[in-house]
Formats: sequence, C-alpha cells, structure tokens
Amino acid sequence: MTLAFDMILCLMIVGTAAAALLMRNALAAIVFFIVLGNLLGLAWLAMDAVNVAMAEIAIGAGVTGVLLILTRQRLMALGDDLVSAEMPGWLRTGALVACAGFAALIGSAVLSVAPADDLGGSIAALMPGLGIENPVTGVLLAFRAYDTLLEAFVLLGALVAVWSLAPRGAWPQRPAALALAENGGHGVAAAFGRLLLPLALVMAAYLVWAGSDLPGGAFQAGTVLAGGLIIAAIGGAVSWPRADDRYLRVALVLGPAVFLIIGLAGIAQGRFLFYPPGFEKALIVAIEYSLALSIGVTLALQVAGPPVAPDHEG
Amino acid sequence: MTLTDYLVPALLYVGVFFYAAGSLGLLRFQDAELRLHALTKADNVGLGFVALAAALHWGSVAAAVKIAAVWLFALMAAGATAQLMARRAKTSAERGSDE
Repeated sequence: MTLAFDMILCLMIVGTAAAALLMRNALAAIVFFIVLGNLLGLAWLAMDAVNVAMAEIAIGAGVTGVLLILTRQRLMALGDDLVSAEMPGWLRTGALVACAGFAALIGSAVLSVAPADDLGGSIAALMPGLGIENPVTGVLLAFRAYDTLLEAFVLLGALVAVWSLAPRGAWPQRPAALALAENGGHGVAAAFGRLLLPLALVMAAYLVWAGSDLPGGAFQAGTVLAGGLIIAAIGGAVSWPRADDRYLRVALVLGPAVFLIIGLAGIAQGRFLFYPPGFEKALIVAIEYSLALSIGVTLALQVAGPPVAPDHEG
Repeated sequence: MTLTDYLVPALLYVGVFFYAAGSLGLLRFQDAELRLHALTKADNVGLGFVALAAALHWGSVAAAVKIAAVWLFALMAAGATAQLMARRAKTSAERGSDE
C-alpha cells in the first residue's frame, strides 16, 4: 500500500513537473508549478519531514505561485504576449545535458550519505541543553544559527533589490495596490481578507510557539503571516505602507537586528551566537518571534513589488 | 475489529465518491459556473467525509478539533475563490475574451 502510494506520488510529481515545463500557456504552466509544489510537500510529509513539507507548500507553492501569477499579470499589462521564442536545437540539447548532469550530481551526493551516519542521533544528544524539543529548530537557531542569521539578511537584501527597481519619481511611495476592482469581486475578496488576516496572525503566533517542540517555526509562521497580508491586500482590507514608513522599517529590520544583537552579546560570553546557559529557550523564542514578523512583512512586500509613482497606482 | 475499524474506510470511500463526482462535473459540465459548482460543493463534502474519517482514526478530541479547523479553512477558501472565479468568468464572457 505504502509502496503504491509512493509510486503514484512520484509519477504525479514527474508528470506535473513535465507539464509545468512543456505547457505553452504561461498560466497553465504556473498552475502546474503550484500543483508540483503541493505534491512535493506531500512527498516530504510521507518521509516524516513535516517542517520541510510546511515550508515547501507555503513558500514553494504558495508565495512563489502568487509571485509568478502577479509577474504574468504585470508582463501582460506591459504588452508582453508571454510567448517564448523557438529555441535552437543545440541550446535545448545543452540545457538537457546540463540539467541531467546536475540531477545526477545531486542524486549521487544524496546517495553517498550513509544511512547509518547517525547525524540525527548526535543532534538528539545535544538537544536537552537547549530546552526545546524540535531538532529542526535546534539546528536552525542554535547549531547552525550562523546560516539562519545570514538567510534573514539575504531575505532583507532581496527586498532592497526589489525596491531598487523603483522607477524614477516613485521612491519612496507605496507599491502598487493589489486590490481587485469594484466590479471584479471586490466585496468577496474584502470579506475574505478581513476574516483571514486575524486568523493568520493567530496561526503565525501559534506556529512559532509550537515550533520549539513540534514542527513549525519562524519561516513557516512568517509565510502564513505574509499570506494573510497578501490576501487582505487583494481584498483592499489593508493598503501597503510607503517605503519610508518608520513602523514598516522597524518591522523589516526587527528580526535580523534582534538575531544579530543576541549573537553579538554572545561574544561577551566567549563566542558569537553563544546563548548563556539557562536562557537558550527564551532567547531562541525571542529571535523566532521577531524573525517571523520580519519574514512575513518582507515576503509580503516582495510580492507587492517596487514602489510606483502615485499617478500609476491601481 | 471495532466499529471504528469499519467506519473509517467507509467514510473514506464516501469521501472519495464525492471527490470523483466533483471531478467528473469539472470535466463534463459546459460553462465555468457549472464546473465551479461541481468542484467546490462536491469536493467540500468529500473533504468533510475524509476529515471525519481522519478524526475518527486519531480518536482524540484535540486532533478532531484541529481537523475540523482545517475543513473550515478549506470551506472558506473554496467559497471565496469560487465566487471570485465565477465573477471573473462572467465579466470575461460579457467582454467576449477567453482570459
């Protein structure tokens, strides 16, 4: 039964990936890409990697899907007919060889990890010192905290890159409103957004709190928050702030800043990112809550795009 | 075998039946409103039966409440998106475009 489930899931993943690649229609390709993300999430779930499954479905399928659909819409508004030019044969063959080689490389790297290397065991032995029980959170916020700190700054840097694309005269205005037109289902989207945003806030807070001991954490919570903000913006229930809004800047920087300050304070104790004994959980939860807020706001604004001049709005 | 052992697969089969009916409607009905009607209504009932089976399978009140919340979220999302898609289809039909 499980083997049959795995085989069907694998076939569906390969099939939707092929469909997303080969579809001529850009919207159909995006829809298949979103389905692919959800199926990959199911595959992670089948391997008991619940944290990765949530991240894949929320970020890989959800936020990326919205981003692709908005990109298509904006390209069409610019007059792009979204038809890709016929590629020469050598380019297709070259791309095929390069991708197949890359897939083989990743496959061999994964298969070279010995099943009995017991990395999980050595992490489990270190976990009691942290006072939390989710080993993924332990790795992200303690054992490999440096990587996560850099990721938080990369996310912020990506928003700076998006903002730097603002056209002349648009800085520091608001990004283009996502709200639907009055006759295009505005009322439905507004009611849905007003209903979902508070629920998303509660869900995000819960995911961070649960992330200490159960699957969850700052990235999953941040994505839920971003999803709530985007849907509320589509309904017109919230409008994007100006790019120089003081509260917005605080929300964007809070997570990376708190993480960095706690990391630097660790130097006084002997080492960068050292958590003083007895305060590990409190510091990790503080970092995670501020990170979740910053990730949520940053992701939502990345989807919103660069600021536009006021007369172009809507 | 307890009652639950019979009830869980039975509920799953009923759920799958509604999903199949919804998918058949999506494939066979002529216009967007009818297809959305088949997809959202039948699939939400199907998901309800699958959720009921899952809640019985885990058998704790805490799990059942969480599964019920999942079902409610799916209902809200399906209802809102179906309304939006139907309105979009209607305005597109009036304008005579296929987008």
